[in-house]
Amino acid sequence: MKGLFENKKLLADLCVILALLLLAGGLALALRLGREAGGQAVVRVDGRVTERHSLAENGVYPLNGGSNILVIENGEAWLSEADCPDHLCVKMGKIRYNGQTITCLPNRLTVTVEGGESNGVDFVVGG
Amino acid sequence: MKAKRVTVMAMCIALALILSYVESQIPSPGIPGVKLGLANLVVVFALYRLGWKEAAGISLLRVFLVSLLFGHAASLAYSASGAALSLVGMILLKKWDRLSCVAVSVIGGVLHNAGQILMAWALMGANVVWYLPVLLLSGTVAGVAIGVVSAILVKRIKL
Repeated sequence: MKGLFENKKLLADLCVILALLLLAGGLALALRLGREAGGQAVVRVDGRVTERHSLAENGVYPLNGGSNILVIENGEAWLSEADCPDHLCVKMGKIRYNGQTITCLPNRLTVTVEGGESNGVDFVVGG
Repeated sequence: MKAKRVTVMAMCIALALILSYVESQIPSPGIPGVKLGLANLVVVFALYRLGWKEAAGISLLRVFLVSLLFGHAASLAYSASGAALSLVGMILLKKWDRLSCVAVSVIGGVLHNAGQILMAWALMGANVVWYLPVLLLSGTVAGVAIGVVSAILVKRIKL
């Protein structure tokens, strides 16, 4: 490995890498402390809200003309089916906290957990 | 010399396309944007061995061709914004000349993710703050891997 880094720059490199890792850790911690269970799953297509479903009621909802299937159970929401080739949105798993989002890029569709009554403020990062 | 430069650039683009294809065969862990960025190897190499204009040309042509060949309609905007932000960052850092190509590649990887996140936010109003930590982490780790290999390539391959 010697000579791989130009030596005078090695320290600067390590500082940059360490700083980025610390930033990632700090952000993760802030988000974890600030999270709270949300009240509803808000569905957006092309950035416009098309549907809202309470997380308190279990249900299965076809979205966007059936391109994706939204399932809500025990306060969690996830997409069980999608007609896109990569199925990334299905693999993204279950969401339950305010601000968490499932994204389906091919169908330009997002599902976001938001607070029960509040409109406007989507998410607050706690200290 | 000009013919050689054109040939080398064409080979770099071809290599970047193959690397993008290889990467598309690696199963995704389920979070958009978490990937190795193999094609960035070629871009970092080109930046150090050919020059910033060549690196920019290779990167942007690669993005365009990849979205034609393997992508869907929506992928071009995301890849292009990621690639452009990453390129600008890496070119400026190289000019600054305080970091080696490992850290340049790391920041390039992180900026690539940042560009995609910004585009997702702009296009869909998606709440992207949740992805930041995991994308920062994955961008950094992938950037270190790509950067170390790039450093070896830059050192060994003289054009």
